[in-house]
Amino acid sequence: MSDPAADSRAPDGRSFHRSRAQMLPARPAPATTIGVLGWLRANLFSSWFNAALTVAALLLLWRTVPPFLNWALFDADFTGATGAECTAPGACWAWLDQRIDQFLYGFYPAEAYWRVNVALLLLIPAVAYVLFDRLPYARYGRWYSLAYPVIAAVLLVGGFGLETVPTDEFGGFMLNVVAGTAGIALSLPIGILLALGRRSRLPIVRMASIGFIEVIRGVPLITLLFVALIILQLFLPPSMSLDRLVRVMVMITAFSSAYMAEVIRGGLQAIPNGQFEAAQAVGLSYWKMMRLIVLPQALKIAIPGIVNTFIGLFKDTTLVVTIGLFDILGHVRLLQTNPDWIGKVDYETFLIAALFFFVICLSMSRYSINLEKRLDTTRR
Amino acid sequence: MLGAALAIAFIASNTIANLQQRGLAFGYGFLFDTAAFDINQRLIPYSSTSTYGRAFLAGGLNTVLVAALGIVAATVVGFVAGVLRLSSNFLISRIVTFYVEFTRNVPLLLQIIFWWVIMLALPRVRDTISIGDFAFLNNRGVRLPAPILADGAAFVLIALAAGAVAAVFLARWARRRQDATGRKFPAGWTGLGLIAGLPLAAFFALGRPVGLDVPVTGRFNLQGGFNVTPELVALWIALATYTGAFISEIVRAGILSVGKGQTEAAGALGLPAGLTLRRIVLPQALRTIIPPLTSQYLNLTKNSSLAVAIGYQDLVSVGNTILNQSGQALEVISIYMIIYLCLSLLTSLFMNWYNRRIALVER
Repeated sequence: MSDPAADSRAPDGRSFHRSRAQMLPARPAPATTIGVLGWLRANLFSSWFNAALTVAALLLLWRTVPPFLNWALFDADFTGATGAECTAPGACWAWLDQRIDQFLYGFYPAEAYWRVNVALLLLIPAVAYVLFDRLPYARYGRWYSLAYPVIAAVLLVGGFGLETVPTDEFGGFMLNVVAGTAGIALSLPIGILLALGRRSRLPIVRMASIGFIEVIRGVPLITLLFVALIILQLFLPPSMSLDRLVRVMVMITAFSSAYMAEVIRGGLQAIPNGQFEAAQAVGLSYWKMMRLIVLPQALKIAIPGIVNTFIGLFKDTTLVVTIGLFDILGHVRLLQTNPDWIGKVDYETFLIAALFFFVICLSMSRYSINLEKRLDTTRR
Repeated sequence: MLGAALAIAFIASNTIANLQQRGLAFGYGFLFDTAAFDINQRLIPYSSTSTYGRAFLAGGLNTVLVAALGIVAATVVGFVAGVLRLSSNFLISRIVTFYVEFTRNVPLLLQIIFWWVIMLALPRVRDTISIGDFAFLNNRGVRLPAPILADGAAFVLIALAAGAVAAVFLARWARRRQDATGRKFPAGWTGLGLIAGLPLAAFFALGRPVGLDVPVTGRFNLQGGFNVTPELVALWIALATYTGAFISEIVRAGILSVGKGQTEAAGALGLPAGLTLRRIVLPQALRTIIPPLTSQYLNLTKNSSLAVAIGYQDLVSVGNTILNQSGQALEVISIYMIIYLCLSLLTSLFMNWYNRRIALVER
């Protein structure tokens, strides 16, 4: 109470007022609310309960992080030809050197790895032209994006002078990426058509769309994959035999199209009727109305759901392992049961495979959150 | 139109021709044939001389079992993680964020196989890990005490049910009285007393008809109790943590959707933080939480079919064996669809009923 202005009462009890010509300089905030100490108090020790939580969390971190680092790095073995040569108490990373190629490319012939790499490189501009509007040569870029699946198929499978690689030799993470990309590229347009079909006034189109969507959404993907393996052949003439990879891709695409259709239907329902009526009033045909007025708005609203469906689809590509294709998870299991490595590399291989998916799926979800925020500000 | 009709005719004619060529007739008669395989975990009596129909039933019940266990655990994990992620405690919210992001972005199948490999890497039966001489962990699974039901055990169960019903009515009466008079009644503790007390009273009055068969370590094997297979445990942990991560995001979004003014008003009235969460925030958040929560429950049920990868004999796993033995592909797939459809409908009906109950009542 050294500040005289604070004492606005005279000793005899009568109040009086004094005024100042200048502001007093601000006093520093209490030491316990600023700086490191203040941050600690506010974020870790704001109450007894919170302090207890903090101590528990620190204990948990202490019991998990250093042992994990020791296992993964400091006590780990990095060289060796077989699991028997891994004698360190920590992880055994010796397999990485020999097997990472198989984790990435499966049984694809080693001299043709460059074809997979080129296809992946060409994918980047193809995706960029779809995602971003303001790129140079956007007009030609769109055509390129449309043509990319053909280019990629030629590169991966062969033809036009390239040696043919049977799809049985596709594998590893490449198989996940191929199946995932194809599924993503196809499920969006099919999903849009199904969503429009479900809202169509033509009863047969509507019933067919509802039937397809509900039946597919009602059963697990794994049963559809068994359908692909066994039943699809029943529907085709005996002379016609579909490639196993193609059959699987058909089923994964059908599965995520049904989910996609529901996400897009949600977006369509958010468009006010006035938009449809105005479009019809200016004489747009059904398809023009959808393409120019309704879908651009509906898809914008549905973006988070669409990206979530993409992420789910990409993760679901691991299910091909249950019908005997060797994706990255298949190669994890192959290595874990390999007599040279058995019992030595269980957790290491899981960790590497998990990291592949984690990085890609997390980037997708971050991109969607980013997009959501950007669109949110434009709507306000 | 014409194209679709032609396509259907094409598919139908191919299917009939293919079925004829393989000497298969469409029909469900095969369900009464003998299934010549065993199911290692079953909730109903089943042996390898039982019929295919019974095998389907046993597999379907296994699906229901793991789905129910998973839904309960995932809900608990999800709500706890969702609340903790919003905690003002920096460390806690970061740790939970790491758990949620990592689990959500790694394929479920990988996680299921991971937990299964961990379960199989547990010590052998001879070196079993004992948890307080009550439960035992080893690479053949978890052995838990089994209840022994003697004569009169049914009365204890009836007493338990009666206690639960009485507790529900007591809670309703207490709420009505508080609404009318403002006087509180400790319904929670009294209810707990009823639920625990009535069966306990019956238990002692009838001369302890319920016992526990606690497993004991024998020379080579564990004796007594009942065994939970490592497959079920692995599947349960994986489904609970995976779906729990998704549920925690739903819970977080639901809590954030409740206006900040509500929390502040509760604080101004002097309500402690715990009560604010329980009485003010969660009831309002539940309205946004329930619909997406329902679809997570449905996803969990469908995801339980990944059991086939680790050999837990659920509906799909049993169905595949039947399919391979009998060749009746179309019928087996149709049975999958019907059973999953029924499970989905039941879950949806229950959740819709619950949703209507907690929906905002406009006054």
